[in-house]
This record gives sequence, C-alpha cells and structure tokens, in this order.
Amino acid sequence: MSKFDRRGFIKLAGLGGGIVFASSLSRGFGLNALGSVVDYANAKVENDFYFVQLSDTHWGFAGPKVNPDAEGTLKKAVQAVNSLEEQPDFIVFTGDLTHTTDDVQVRKDRMSQFKEIVSGLKVPTVHFMAGEHDASLDRGDAYQEAFGKLNYTFDHKGVHFIVIDNVSDPGAIVGESQLNWLKADLKQQKTDARIVVLTHRPLFDLYPDWDWSTKDGSAVIDALMPHKNVTVFYGHIHQENHHLTGHIAHHSAKSLMFPLPAPGSVPKKSPVPWDASAPYKGLGLRSIEAEPKQAKYEIKELNVTGA
Amino acid sequence: MNHNKKRILLTGVLLVSAVVSGLLIYTRANAVPAERVIHITAKKFDFSPDSITLKKGEPVVFEISSADREHGFNLRAFGVRANISPGKVSRIRFTPDKTGKFTFSCDVFCGDGHEEMTGTVIVTE
Repeated sequence: MSKFDRRGFIKLAGLGGGIVFASSLSRGFGLNALGSVVDYANAKVENDFYFVQLSDTHWGFAGPKVNPDAEGTLKKAVQAVNSLEEQPDFIVFTGDLTHTTDDVQVRKDRMSQFKEIVSGLKVPTVHFMAGEHDASLDRGDAYQEAFGKLNYTFDHKGVHFIVIDNVSDPGAIVGESQLNWLKADLKQQKTDARIVVLTHRPLFDLYPDWDWSTKDGSAVIDALMPHKNVTVFYGHIHQENHHLTGHIAHHSAKSLMFPLPAPGSVPKKSPVPWDASAPYKGLGLRSIEAEPKQAKYEIKELNVTGA
Repeated sequence: MNHNKKRILLTGVLLVSAVVSGLLIYTRANAVPAERVIHITAKKFDFSPDSITLKKGEPVVFEISSADREHGFNLRAFGVRANISPGKVSRIRFTPDKTGKFTFSCDVFCGDGHEEMTGTVIVTE
C-alpha cells in the first residue's frame, strides 16, 4: 500500500476541529480538520509514517457459532499485514491477545502460541499491551513474563506514545501509582507535543453497565487535558467507536475474534453470531497514518484479509 | 388514704400515662422505617438472586458474599458498589428513590463469563 493510497480513505483529525470523515477519496485529495481541500500529493510527507493496530485477538477462544475459524483468523491477519505493499513502521496490539482461562499453564501456553504466530510478522517492531483477559486474573504476572512491562512509553518520529495499563487491576483501575508515573512523564512533554495514548479499555464512560469504562479514567483524561495534541487508540469493545472528550479523540478498534453489539443495543452483551453469508464480518484491523506536523491521524479500516 | 391523697395519686397516674402514650406516638411518627435485608451470593458467573424487587422509599441493605473468588457488585443507577471477597460480607445500604428496572453487574473481572454476570433490580411504587 503506497502512502498515496493510505491517505485516500477515512480521515480523522483529533485536533480542535473534531473528527472529519471523508470516504474513499481518490487522487490524493482529502479534507483537513477545517474541511478545506488539501493536495496531499504536493504536501510534505517525509516525517509522516504509518502503523497498524490489531486488537482483541482472544487467542484460545473457542465458539464455532461465533467464529468457526477461531484458529485461523489471527494467522490471516498476520498474512494481511505482511501483504501490505509498504510495511508499517510498527504494529500495536491493544490488548486481549489471549482469551482468559483460570488455568495458569493454559494461560502461559496461549501466550506462547500467540507469540509464535505473530513472530511471523515481517515488521520487526511490535508493541504489545494487555487486556483484562490476559492480565486481570493474575494481576499481569504471566503477561509480564511473556511480553514485558504493562505500562511504558516510546517515541517515534516526533510522536510520544504512552501505553496505559487499565486491566491488570481486575477492578479496571489505572491506580494512583501509574497516575503519578503518567503525570511525571507528561511533565517532560511540551503542551503542544504530539501524544498518542494506547490502552485497552475506554478511558471515558462509554457504557459502564457493560464494563466499557475505566473507573479512574477521568483522572487520566484530566492529566492529559493540558496537552493540546492527544489522541487515544484502544480496543476492548470489539467495534469502531469515535468519541471526543474535549479536544481528545478516542478511537476503538475492531476485534480479530468476534464482534460485540453496539453499546446498550441488546439487554445482555454477548458476541455477535457468525454470519455465514458474510464471513469475518465485523472483524478487522486498521492502519493509522500519522502526520506529526499537523498532529493528525488518518484511520483506514481493513478487513481480515487486508482489503 | 384520704380523698385528697387518692385524687393526687390518680392525677399522677394519668399524667404518667399521658406522657408515655405521647412518647410512643412521637416515636412511631418519627421512627426510621426498618431496613429490609437482602442476602445475595456472588459466584462465577452469576448472582443469586439475580432479580430483586424493591419498594421506592423503603431502605434496604444488601448483604453480599462470595462463594468462590473476588467479585464486584455495582448498581450504577443508585451510585452504589462494593468489592465482594470470599469469607466476608459486604454491605450496601441505600433507599431507592426512583421506580424502574435497573441492571447490576460484577465490575471486578472474574473470568470467562464475567461479562454476563449481571442481575436486575426492579423498583415499584
């Protein structure tokens, strides 16, 4: 996939003017945050980059009525990423890499199997984070053994990425200590720094009755608020959702195992059954084109086969 | 006992009776209604009972215990929640101030089935 093509899809700008959508644009023209036409073919792109977000792979899940290809979907996604014409700078997995189990050994085995499968990715840099299925039952012990730290930061081409753990406490709490760590990190950043937060659960109250929230998420948002250019990418809810808290945009990703219904649309939350007439419907991954100079992020949703 | 003494004694008895009756009436009129206690057991992955009917304005205490591991109880519509630990009884006191059907759920991740660990509080007039 060329940079030219990457730019020609849904555009989202999490800066001040809110989210701007423009579908299937052609010839390298898009809309900027104010809605005016931008000629991307002539724009400077040397600092731009893109990364891929995969989420909620739930390796180990079994339920033929929900996903009869439970053992093949992640492998297809790996193949899809490897098939991208231009490889991303890096890949992020926003949690629930494995499906939960009470059996510690099975949990560890699932993590090893997951690692083995994603080791097939051509892109050498992969950033992992935990979901509650990976980390809530043992407060992240097995996860840390397999993948490393639960919260950390990294920098890439002018963007500061912050990985926040809102799952290893089974009560869906970030916690005082991590909040202090976050505040100390943010102190090192200028107020106009380009900041991307990666996390598993929504930091705002999307639908708390379905556990779609972080109990102290508002404290995280308060800490981020003085920074002008913050965008959050997360998982957990197994569907796209785009939300603004003030100037901070929050974008959730689809799952690679099963979709979940729209918030509050059914009495009880349960996976959306497999549609044999449209296999893998509701599942997918996404590419995110980062334009640090403009503090903008273009999201392109891809299906499991990468189309 | 002469007539005067009898009259004084009778007056005294009547006065004491009046005071006691008054106190009883006052106490009844101002008494806090007794709390209704409801026992709830949490276990992977349900609550028992999972449907609870309450009366608006009637104070209630939920006494919640766990049969297996850590759980949470969250009834967001009334802003009440508690952590539920094995071997302990967690108490939640509240008085429903609105009628309707409200969901409560486990808000401490407890395993494969946690997402479906919910129940309903029905509040009637």
